[in-house]
Amino acid sequence: MTGFLQNTFNGLVSGAFYALLALGLAVIFGMLRVVNFAHGAFYMLGAFGAYVLLSEAGVPFWAALVIMPLGLGLLGMALERAVVHRLTRLDPLYNFLLTFGLTLILQDLVKSRYGVQSSPYATPSALSGSVDFGLFDFPTYRVFILGFAVLVCVAVWWTLTRTRVGMVVRAATERPELTPAFGINVGRWVTPVFGFGIALAGLAGVLAAPMRAVNPLMGADLIIVVFAVVVIGGLGSIFGSVAAGFGIGLVQAWGEAYLSSFPIVSQTIVFVVMAVVLLWRPAGLFGREEAPA
Amino acid sequence: MLRIDNLSAWYGEAQVLRDVSLDVAAGEVVTLVGRNGAGKSTLLRCVMGLHPGQRGTVELDGRDIGRLPAYRRARLGLGWVPDDRGSYATLSVAENLTLPPTVGPDPWPLERVYEAFPALHQRRDSAATTLSGGEQQMLALARVLRMGARLLLCDEPTEGLSPLLVRQVGDLLHEAKRHGVTVLLVEQNLHFATGVADRHYLLAEGRVVEAMENSEVRSRERELLSYLGI
Repeated sequence: MTGFLQNTFNGLVSGAFYALLALGLAVIFGMLRVVNFAHGAFYMLGAFGAYVLLSEAGVPFWAALVIMPLGLGLLGMALERAVVHRLTRLDPLYNFLLTFGLTLILQDLVKSRYGVQSSPYATPSALSGSVDFGLFDFPTYRVFILGFAVLVCVAVWWTLTRTRVGMVVRAATERPELTPAFGINVGRWVTPVFGFGIALAGLAGVLAAPMRAVNPLMGADLIIVVFAVVVIGGLGSIFGSVAAGFGIGLVQAWGEAYLSSFPIVSQTIVFVVMAVVLLWRPAGLFGREEAPA
Repeated sequence: MLRIDNLSAWYGEAQVLRDVSLDVAAGEVVTLVGRNGAGKSTLLRCVMGLHPGQRGTVELDGRDIGRLPAYRRARLGLGWVPDDRGSYATLSVAENLTLPPTVGPDPWPLERVYEAFPALHQRRDSAATTLSGGEQQMLALARVLRMGARLLLCDEPTEGLSPLLVRQVGDLLHEAKRHGVTVLLVEQNLHFATGVADRHYLLAEGRVVEAMENSEVRSRERELLSYLGI
């Protein structure tokens, strides 16, 4: 029982990262119809930025938690203005070429400066140690990640469902060509929404720094699973991306714990789930079929 | 109020509007009639700024709006009532109503909208696509009245509605007209059109082939009906 609870908790913590990354992908896809293959690179930049800030300037974790998302959000907005917005009228293939190209550029820039070895990042002292849950102990930092990620997801959900900005984003996501006819300047929201999605990736990266190895390829490894998450939840579905993020975290953790004697199963279980979901619901669990153009 | 001069439009290579010129005076209700594919809906989309391939002049109150993006045209007082009713599934009924910013001198307060449409009030927190077709049509009209639009662009507002609901749409357009709202209407239902409109333009193959007063359409109703193939 204790082992099961621990595995569940670990699954929720990895799920928290999937959820934050998938949420960013979902808002970006909803508003821009762009699949951001560079999302993992921004996650990596978040972690690497935190590491460089600490090791070269002594900037602590808490400051990095604010600085990196803000900085990367601004970088994202600049990239949207400079290149990403040109994708709207092009074949979707260019979407892949551009964002995948950005990934390679960002990864190699970091690689050429810092090499490929992993760098350690100390857990902030306030979050070291562990929390006693009676049946088992759990590292304080992981409890923090879970709580923080849930808080961010709830805040994003609240903004989307309860504010005027959220209403405009929902309308523009659902009917991008109709919405301007109601006096809404959809274009004005595109850049900030892209920046916001990138900021979420950066935030996940900073959160990952003390827990995972910080290296130039950490995003590339993670993003494949995140895309499976997004497809399972339903591309563009905000709720679906978060629910599938946590769900896949759990499935993976349980698979690794209880199917470890069948490594081929535990390593591919996410994609098996994805294939089954797609056979059953081609638009994903919470996705809506795109209206025919 | 609205003046269209030598407007041409294309879908890719195919020309769907050919040098269309027409005008709508403030306070008028004008319909565009014609067979399917005559270019009526494209004409409305050109006025709203939703059709990319166009050439010619579109003037609102003497101002050339032909180059303005759709959202700016909406803010100048154009009210879009699309043929699919434009209901947002991810927005509640109340959000569908309040999505457009209010423009112009006479937006309907939300209370007045709810008074005129009790069904919308009752379902205000439901997703708009759970409404019946008729209720969604009322929602589409109520939305642009709440917005305060001065010129409504309505694409077949009676399509698929029961006779009772068609009469309600008619009453609503009459009321809007009484408050000085101008209406440009695409309509297949000639009987409905003569009940609400002052004038009519007959379109065929992307051209205006006839401009008619309402009395003329009434007297030639049988001939026109057979021409339209209804």
